[in-house]
Parts: sequence; C-alpha cells; structure tokens
Amino acid sequence: MTPHHTPDAAVTPLRGGADQSPMPALRTFGLSLAYDGHTVVDDLDLEVQRGAVTAIVGPNGCGKSTVLRGLSRLLKPVSGEVLLSAAVSESSGGSGKPVPLRDVWSMRAKEFARRVALLPQTPPVPEGITVVDLVGRGRHPHHSLVRRWSEADDEAIAVAMRVTDTLELAERHVEELSGGQRQRVWIALTLAQDTDVILLDEPTTYLDVAHQIDVLDLLVELNRRRGTTIVMVLHDLNLAARYADQVVALRGGRLVAQGRPADVVDEAFVRSVFGLESRVITDPVAGTPLVIPASRDQLIGPTS
Amino acid sequence: MSAPVAPSVDRAGHPHGRMPRGRDAVEAAAVVALVARARRRPLRRVRLVIAGLVVATGAVVLARVLLGEYTVTLVDFVHILRGETIEAAPGASFIVMEAKLPRALIGALAGAAFGAAGAMFQTTLRNPLASPDIIGISLGASAAAVVALTFFDAQGFVVPLAALAGALAVSLVMYLVARGTSFAGQRMVLVGIGIAALLASVIQFVMTRTSIQDAQAALVWLTGSLNRASWPLIGLLALGIAVLVPALAVNVRRMRLAELGDELSTTLGSPASGARLGLLLAVALSAFATAATGPISFVAFLAGPISRRLTGGRPSLWAAALVGAVIVVASDYLGDYLIPDVNLPVGVVTGALGAPLMLAVVISAGRHGKA
Repeated sequence: MTPHHTPDAAVTPLRGGADQSPMPALRTFGLSLAYDGHTVVDDLDLEVQRGAVTAIVGPNGCGKSTVLRGLSRLLKPVSGEVLLSAAVSESSGGSGKPVPLRDVWSMRAKEFARRVALLPQTPPVPEGITVVDLVGRGRHPHHSLVRRWSEADDEAIAVAMRVTDTLELAERHVEELSGGQRQRVWIALTLAQDTDVILLDEPTTYLDVAHQIDVLDLLVELNRRRGTTIVMVLHDLNLAARYADQVVALRGGRLVAQGRPADVVDEAFVRSVFGLESRVITDPVAGTPLVIPASRDQLIGPTS
Repeated sequence: MSAPVAPSVDRAGHPHGRMPRGRDAVEAAAVVALVARARRRPLRRVRLVIAGLVVATGAVVLARVLLGEYTVTLVDFVHILRGETIEAAPGASFIVMEAKLPRALIGALAGAAFGAAGAMFQTTLRNPLASPDIIGISLGASAAAVVALTFFDAQGFVVPLAALAGALAVSLVMYLVARGTSFAGQRMVLVGIGIAALLASVIQFVMTRTSIQDAQAALVWLTGSLNRASWPLIGLLALGIAVLVPALAVNVRRMRLAELGDELSTTLGSPASGARLGLLLAVALSAFATAATGPISFVAFLAGPISRRLTGGRPSLWAAALVGAVIVVASDYLGDYLIPDVNLPVGVVTGALGAPLMLAVVISAGRHGKA
C-alpha cells in the first residue's frame, strides 16, 4: 500500500520517484475487488504504462478478468482506487510536468468511455446486425441527446474497419462470420470508440493459432502506430511474453510479478505463478522467453 | 525496458489524418462514403417497411370502420367525422362514432402498445421468450380486474383502472426484486414467471369462489376483446401512449447497446440500469394496453419477430408497434365475420392464429440457426 495514498481525491498528482515509469496510463492502489463479499482481487498495486502493451497472466481463477472489470469500471472496488491519467491532449506532452491522475469512479460514464474501451471475452451478437452497424455502436460515447450522428462518426468507423481489415465485410451479418472475422469486427468496434486505452479479455479465445497471431499482430500494430495503450488478459504465457512490453502475473488475486517479459519470465516465475515445472528458452523467432512445460513423471519425452 | 511509444497523432476526437497507412485523401473519402452507404442501406429498408406498415395500419383501421355488416362509404365517413348527420341513414353516425371507430382505434392503439413493449423486451433481454404476456404483466392486470369484477362488483371504468394498478404493481415487484443484482434483466424475467404462476392460481381461486355470472364476466375480460371500447378508455390508453412512447424513443439507443450485453453496454457509457429503465417503460406500456382491452395473447410475442422478418433482421420498435396494430385490428375483424353469427373476441383469434405462427417463427429461426 502506498503511504501517501488518498482514496477520495479526484485529481491526484503522479507520485514521483525513480522506481516508477514516466507515464502510467492506469494505476491501481490497494485495489480489492469482490463478488458478493467473496474477495477475488486483494490489495493490488498495478501500473499500466502508457503506450505499452501489457499482458495479464496467471492460472485460471486468479482474478485476471476481474482486474480488467475493475479497471473498466464494471466492478466497483471494495477498497483502493483505480486512477486514469489525463488524455494525451490534456497532459503536458513531455514537458516533464506531472500528469494528473483521476479516480475513474469520479468520471461520468461516457467521459470514461471516451478514454477506455473494453472488449469482453464473448459479447453477445445482436440479432440481424450488420458489421458496419455493430462497429458503429462503438460511437455511442461520442453522442449525446443533442449531438447525434455526424460525418466524424463515419470517418472513425472507416478508420477502424480499415485497420482491422473488415471493410469488405461491411454489409455482412455478423452471425455469418467466422470466429477470426468476428473478433476483428469486435476489435473494430472498440477502435471506433476512439479511446487511448483498450482493455481486452482473452482476445484470442476460440481462435486457431493463425488467427491468434493475426489478432495479436493487429493489436501490437495499433499500439506501435497509434500509441494506443493495450491491456489484455492472455492465458497463453508464450504469446504474452512475445507480444507484451510488460507482463503482470497474478495468483490467487495477488500480484506475483510485474515487469518486462525478458526480466520476469523464467523457470522460478512459472513455478510460482502456475505451480508448473518448466524449461525457459529463448524464442528463436521473437527473442523473448519461451516456456516449455515439463510433464509430470516424464510421461512424455524422446524415446531412446 | 522499451520506452512507451509516443502517440504520433492528435487523438482529441479528430479522426482526420488518422488514416494509419498514410493513403491519400481521395481514397479515404471513398472509404468513408462506402461506410456511410453500408450503414444507411438497412436503415432505408427499415424506413420503407415502417412507411408500408403505416399505410397498412391505416388501411385495416379504415376497413374495420367502413366494411362489415354495416358498411359506410368513405364520403359518408368523412361527413360523420365532421359531425354532420347522414340524411339517408340517421343512425350511421352513432354506429360509426360509438361502435366501429372506437373499436378500430382501441385495437390499433393497444396492438401498437403490445407490439412495442414486446419488441423492447425481446431485444433488450436478448430473449425471444421475454414478452409481457409470459412474465406476468398481463396476469397482474387480469388478477386485479377479476378480483374487481367479482368481489367488488366493479363496473365501467373501475375495471381498467384496477387492471392498470395490478399490472404496475407486478412490474414494481419485479423491478424491486431484481434491482441491483447482476443479470438483473434475466432475473426480472424469472421473477415475472414466478409471479405469473402465483397470479394464475389467484385467478383460479377467485373463479371457484364466485357466482356463474361474475365468473362469466371475468372470463370475457380474461380473453381480451375490444367490446369495451369507449372514448374515455381510448383517452386513457392514448394518454399512456403519449407519455410513454417518447420516453421509449429516447431509450431506443440504450436498447441498441443493451443488445451488446451488460459489459459492453456499460463500458460504452450506458450502464445496464439504463436499459432496465427502458424495460420498465415497456412494462408500463403493456399495462395500459392490457387495462384497456384485457390480455390479447401472442401480439407482444409475435410483433417483434414478424417485424424483424420484414426489416431484414434489424429490430425496430416502430415497425413492431405497427405490426401489433395491424394484427389486433385485423384479428378483431376476422373474429367478427370469420364464423357467421359467432362473434369471437380478438384474444381468441390472436391465440388461434398466434400459436401456429409462433411455431413457424421458432422453426424458421431454428433453420437459420439463430433461434
């Protein structure tokens, strides 16, 4: 717990200090989240770097998705706080002044929705909806009772669909699409939302390996080209190590490790997070850590 | 560690210049035009369908007023509406103004209310079974009306007011029980089904305790008919619709987000509680309709799927409302003349036609893989 932590402050200056990265996009202090009194995430201090790709990893039921719910205002914290940095245009833009952080619960729903987008794991597909219509629903935070549809919305949709390579699907019904195409369309919706932070809950679930790589390449490309801050829950540790700038590992609702994959992912890390024996080698393609799980009792292995 | 990539573009809501691959403006404009076209095409179809349904609703209402055992010419009808008496048939004015026109109007209004309410439920809860007749709203109205008719010998306007109170009480209980829980929408439906079972037994109990005459009056009410059409009743229903429909219209965008599930809806800036407000409006709308006509089965249930078939899959409250209006007025007309000398209440006709139609909807939905 940070000692100079002020739970109710709407605007908090960035805590200075050499141990912190220059620009967090999202921070949590002592965040505890619970469902019906059952604590799932306990006293979590998390720092999501702005403009970086962060992967949250951990065993099933460790609270990965719950953290995402906490960051996206879907779940109100039992204690602690979630802070969001000011938008790039509002902040001092590299002049060295501290970036103000705001308690996300002090923001209005739409204001928050213009800053942070979430792609849930398997959102329901509305009946009879076309791709362009679905992507367009991402524009809702930019509308109000007086400000309805405008050309800027069509432009944002066009950009989102072009980036995700879904333009030629525009008039297709979403129900007819394959899993890979569908996931691109959902990502297009979150892009149309035009936020600087995108949270994704297991964006590669149910996709074959080619489409998994496809989706992750797309997300990293977005991050590199636009500076979008990306936070994703991934269950595949190797993909997390390959694609993330920062890995956050949870176990039992608590933070186990946080840092660059090359710095944190090793055999002791895999043991402490997943309780699994493994060898960690260097990924011959990406140069990142690659976890080779060991098998219990040498059930498999090269036959000599 | 890798330094965070600095955002290279202005991201204060200006998508201009954010085309990531730096293509030329002409191509970008073409893409935007393509998107705008693709977005508008289904909307245009919905508008066409709505326009067609407006014409159809006008046509059935007019047919109901002008045709039948007692026919009136369009010219005479215009004269009657102006308050002039027809010299050849002095009674025509009374028949049109006190029987035929109120009957057609209340059918259209109630049908529209049922249709819109049903579509709102089905779309928001993403459940084709979620319709006010199944989740106890109609039964709340029915139980209150039956109790008023039998135990309190209620007459005239008291019955619909009791029915309205009953329906609203049920919706309040549903709302209070489900409030603040996760999946509150689905819970509302489950609570409603439970309340429906309870109220059905209340009605059964009352029926066994009362005189044959009262039971018969109650039974007529329970079938749903337009026989009680009167100008004050039309006024009550029109008032309810005039208040609730604009509120519902504001909620349509929330409904479109609720379709994406509670999570996306919330992170897009419209918390799920907003969608439940829309449901409450729909409940109130169907309460008003039920109070005026009694429960007319299957209209709320079928108007949504039929209108979606017409619009090519896109849900539209207005199309559903108009389909409901057409169904009720046309069914009432059929009920009058389908079997000679037998005057079937509209609820019997919609029930008889609705059950096979519902099967057709379920079967065809199954074939298309989107039941």
